[in-house]
Amino acid sequence: MLKEKKRMATASTTVETTGDDVRVIQDATCTFCGCVCDDIDLTVKDNRITQAKRACVLGKAWFLNHEIEDRPSCLIEGQPATVEEGIDRAARILTDAIYPITYGLSDSTSEAQRVAVSIVDWIGGIVDTTTSVCHGPSGMAFQGVGEVTCTLGEVANRADFVMFWGSNPAESHPRHFTKYSLMPKGMFVPNGRKDRTCVMVDVRKTKSVRAADIHIQIKPRCDFEGLWTLRALAQDIELDPVQVLEDTGVELAAWQDLMDRMKACKFGVIFFGMGLTMTRGKHANSEALLLLTRDMNKYTRFTCKPNRGHGNVTGADNVVAWRTGYPFGVNLSRGYPRFNPGEFTTSDTLGRGEADAAMIIASDPMANFSQAARDHLASIPYIALDPKETPTTRAATVAFTVATYGINTGGTVYRMDDVPIPLRPAFESPHPSDFDVLTGIEKRVKEILADRSSSSS
Amino acid sequence: MPETFILIPGRTAKQGAGISEGKFEKTYQYEINHLQVSPQDMERLGIEVGDRVRLTGEHGQVEVDVIASKGDELPPGLLFIPYGDISSRLMGAETHGSGMPTSKGMDVEMELINKPA
Repeated sequence: MLKEKKRMATASTTVETTGDDVRVIQDATCTFCGCVCDDIDLTVKDNRITQAKRACVLGKAWFLNHEIEDRPSCLIEGQPATVEEGIDRAARILTDAIYPITYGLSDSTSEAQRVAVSIVDWIGGIVDTTTSVCHGPSGMAFQGVGEVTCTLGEVANRADFVMFWGSNPAESHPRHFTKYSLMPKGMFVPNGRKDRTCVMVDVRKTKSVRAADIHIQIKPRCDFEGLWTLRALAQDIELDPVQVLEDTGVELAAWQDLMDRMKACKFGVIFFGMGLTMTRGKHANSEALLLLTRDMNKYTRFTCKPNRGHGNVTGADNVVAWRTGYPFGVNLSRGYPRFNPGEFTTSDTLGRGEADAAMIIASDPMANFSQAARDHLASIPYIALDPKETPTTRAATVAFTVATYGINTGGTVYRMDDVPIPLRPAFESPHPSDFDVLTGIEKRVKEILADRSSSSS
Repeated sequence: MPETFILIPGRTAKQGAGISEGKFEKTYQYEINHLQVSPQDMERLGIEVGDRVRLTGEHGQVEVDVIASKGDELPPGLLFIPYGDISSRLMGAETHGSGMPTSKGMDVEMELINKPA
């Protein structure tokens, strides 16, 4: 059967329609991980994505498993309710609380993140994002010593030395190598992979190690020692080989060889992962890596980037920083922002039993937090917004089923290198977007606060 | 007799894909409930694929099934489990002023509790 094809362009979406109600969305954006690949062609039939061209294994799972959840858009204490009723109950929970915390945000559009920060500002609460249990320690290090950074486009076009430290992109960011860091033939690396040296520093021989030229199998919990060994070698400081082997599990000669290569490259980049931030040393590890990067600029051009997990966790950092001056763990209860990881971060406020209400946006602390934090969250009223059912939505006082960003809603997300990328949705959802729900909650919060203000004056 | 190991929870492609299928679905639940042990440690301790072990850490205790790590992916003394509900039960809430609980490189005792029938 001949299919008549016609193309129509909207503001940001190119849609190709064929017969049989099949549409192709060109250059759709995948929001599963921080690579935010924006070159995916989606074939859509009957509100179902049947093909996701160029998507990786994670992107295919993200798009092809997407279906409109057959659940009410709102549940209050497990019972179906209207969205308006849910918004009213949510606003009352937040305005009645003394120490409410808003957490998550890394799988929402930046437009929705912005509204969430506004709500926290109105109610005088805490805003924290999944960054605090991801690259939060790196965020602290950025604030402490700064970041010599670059875009992924610069890496693709310039980097002839690419190191991954505590990161396994073959499993967590499957197109990282092919789209950005190893395989691309760039302006100054015309032969692609052949022009680059790739080093993996990891306690395990991960799947990513297969793509590397050199694997430094560092001793667990000794990243700080390894990074300071390199810092010393960058300064030509003589080190004791026995001590270095004992401290890092790696021969001094291997560290020296690595440093020689780092000094000799034209453009170096270190991508670092949660192998640094989740282990002993945390922000001190990230700080050491940032300082090493800075040191290397005495010899050549050197940059670093954290490999970010969620699709818009970088946007969450950006939006919270625009609005408050700090990237996560911000307390607005005094009417001005205060930043103190360890005090205003969610794992701590829940684990210590301090928060008396919560709003959880697109994240799952009931599955990913410590038992003490989960137990406390279960004991307080909280609101959850998520496209899917999770342990967190199941136990929420008010649970909203929201449309999936990037598939059902447009907006903006930030790639892991802080580049904003527009979303090109494939089809509409009967569920509201998190932007719509949060906008409704903000409006209702303002009404309640205005009523209280007028009745008390 | 329990023996102490270092546990590394982390991402896997199957765990990531499983999130999109649904956290209550088979792929995700299988992935986060299976512990990878190096073949050398399995041989030394008489553990076989499918055996159930108990992991006890400073902050919690979980029971999981064992699979062998592929090739030399894991050095002896190290355990790996895909990040999720089970691994997080071994975390404490303390973040040492960072906001981040220690979620990788945790000391755990591993104890064989039963073999499949």
